[in-house]
Amino acid sequence: MPATALMRETETAMFSSTTQSQQAIASLANVTKRYGNTLALDGMNLALRPGEVVALLGPNGAGKSTAVRLLLGLIAPTAGMARVFGGDPQTPVTRLRVGAMLQVARIPETLRVREHLDLFRSYYAKPLSVAEIVRIAQLEGIEDAMFSTLSGGQKQRVLFGLAMCGDPDLVFLDEPTVGMDIEARRGLWQQIRTLANRGKTVLLTTHYLEEADALAHRIVVINKGKIVSEGTPAEIKSVSAGRKIRCRTRLTVEFLSALPGVTSVEQSGDDVVVMTPRAEEVVREMLLRDEMLSGLEIASPALEDAFLALTTSR
Amino acid sequence: MSSPSIAYSEPQRLGIVRTAAIFRKETKYEFLKLLRNRSFSLAVIAFPIMFYLLFGVTNRDANSNGINMARYLLGGYACFGLIGAALFGIGVGLAGERSMGWLEVKRASPMPPMAYLFAKCMGAIAFGLIIVTALTVLAVTMGGVSLTAVELAKMLGMSIVGSISFASMGFLLALLVPANAAPGIVNLIYLPMSFMSGLWMPLRYLPHWLQRIAPALPMYHLAQLMLRIFGYADNTSVVSHWFGLAGFTMVMLGTSWLVFNRAQQNA
Repeated sequence: MPATALMRETETAMFSSTTQSQQAIASLANVTKRYGNTLALDGMNLALRPGEVVALLGPNGAGKSTAVRLLLGLIAPTAGMARVFGGDPQTPVTRLRVGAMLQVARIPETLRVREHLDLFRSYYAKPLSVAEIVRIAQLEGIEDAMFSTLSGGQKQRVLFGLAMCGDPDLVFLDEPTVGMDIEARRGLWQQIRTLANRGKTVLLTTHYLEEADALAHRIVVINKGKIVSEGTPAEIKSVSAGRKIRCRTRLTVEFLSALPGVTSVEQSGDDVVVMTPRAEEVVREMLLRDEMLSGLEIASPALEDAFLALTTSR
Repeated sequence: MSSPSIAYSEPQRLGIVRTAAIFRKETKYEFLKLLRNRSFSLAVIAFPIMFYLLFGVTNRDANSNGINMARYLLGGYACFGLIGAALFGIGVGLAGERSMGWLEVKRASPMPPMAYLFAKCMGAIAFGLIIVTALTVLAVTMGGVSLTAVELAKMLGMSIVGSISFASMGFLLALLVPANAAPGIVNLIYLPMSFMSGLWMPLRYLPHWLQRIAPALPMYHLAQLMLRIFGYADNTSVVSHWFGLAGFTMVMLGTSWLVFNRAQQNA
């Protein structure tokens, strides 16, 4: 995994430099959405640039699905504006270019997979072929199965397939891998990466933090209807706790705490654990001061930790 | 990578041919879906047939006051059956699709909303015709009822009118009623109203106060229009029944529209 992780980060860096300046393909401008007395979104600003994969990350009730439904034109903002392809997301012309995989409790169970695809393909002027959709959504072997007989993961894949019918330029995936086993989840991840490689724009909401880290060029963390943090997966991780340096050293806790950029120092058995967002500088200093330093480890905290820190502390 | 110039390409026109194809497919799959859903298709077809066998066919020789029961109940159960198909197919079916989130997936797609409503309506008409045809076959073969070709054609035509009219009530129920309560609520409306509208026995055998309520019920007006084909109408004017049925349909559609828009605003 380290090698691919490294590759992804370079790719991400290159990616953001080329797209930063491009016009947004879909946006929420200062959008507030209220349901009765509950505030689902509070002055949200979100812009999706062509070809980027953005993950909307947040706990239950954070407003992730509300943001997706606004961009799909399924609901109207209480204040602010939602735009997709420069127009109103509700118009049929816009919808021809958008694909959506929503959280659905059940879809008509007495139709076959092939029949569902046939119907959705008819909505588009230039739909993908059935064979292509079956390949992309990994529906081989279940084309003629009645929807009611499918497993949870297979049902999710059918919904993904329906979202792909019109070969959309903009794809919304609301918790796409819920109920999938690990193999199916990896398969869908691969398909999402393929979409990105083909220049499609993807907005994905997820509970799986690993998923956002693995797929997104940019992560937007939201909580209680507000953006808490935004950046590349690497940035999100560094914003919160920084990196963890663990080693055996003669240097005292007092000395280490005084180094610039160090946020915390802890003695852990024979080892000392130093937290800092500026790991390189701190390590350089430590190595200079203690030539006997041994057992050095530097680790990024899991995105999960970063995420928890972001959404609970503010 | 798509550039903004591709992003704002000219709108794709929805050709008439393609729109027609969407309506056709939507209708085809609506019908297949209902047909394969046995809790719907069996109940909605079997109940009127069972009732007709029990009360119509067994009374083939019962004639009173110029009314032959087998012939009268063919009209009555035809209405009963087609209304059931509309209320359960659309009322219960659409309420379920709404609460399960499926309607939202459809709305997010470029499907023309009218195609969805059209398909639901056609599904109700198709099941209405199946039920009316089955009842007619039973009436003719077992009930000793004779029908002219004109009577049969009028009956099928009236069946379509009735399905469309009660489809509007199905839409309203689907918007108002929670999905898990829908079957119960539909039955609570459907069964008493069928009885009070004279679908199960001629109105004149019902208590007077019930007879006075009947003109307020839409099923009564449909039943009177249907029974007129068999020569069994009461002495009210045909125009009042057409007005009654049309007015009911308009009120249902108008209320559905209001409720739907209200829900959209609050959504």
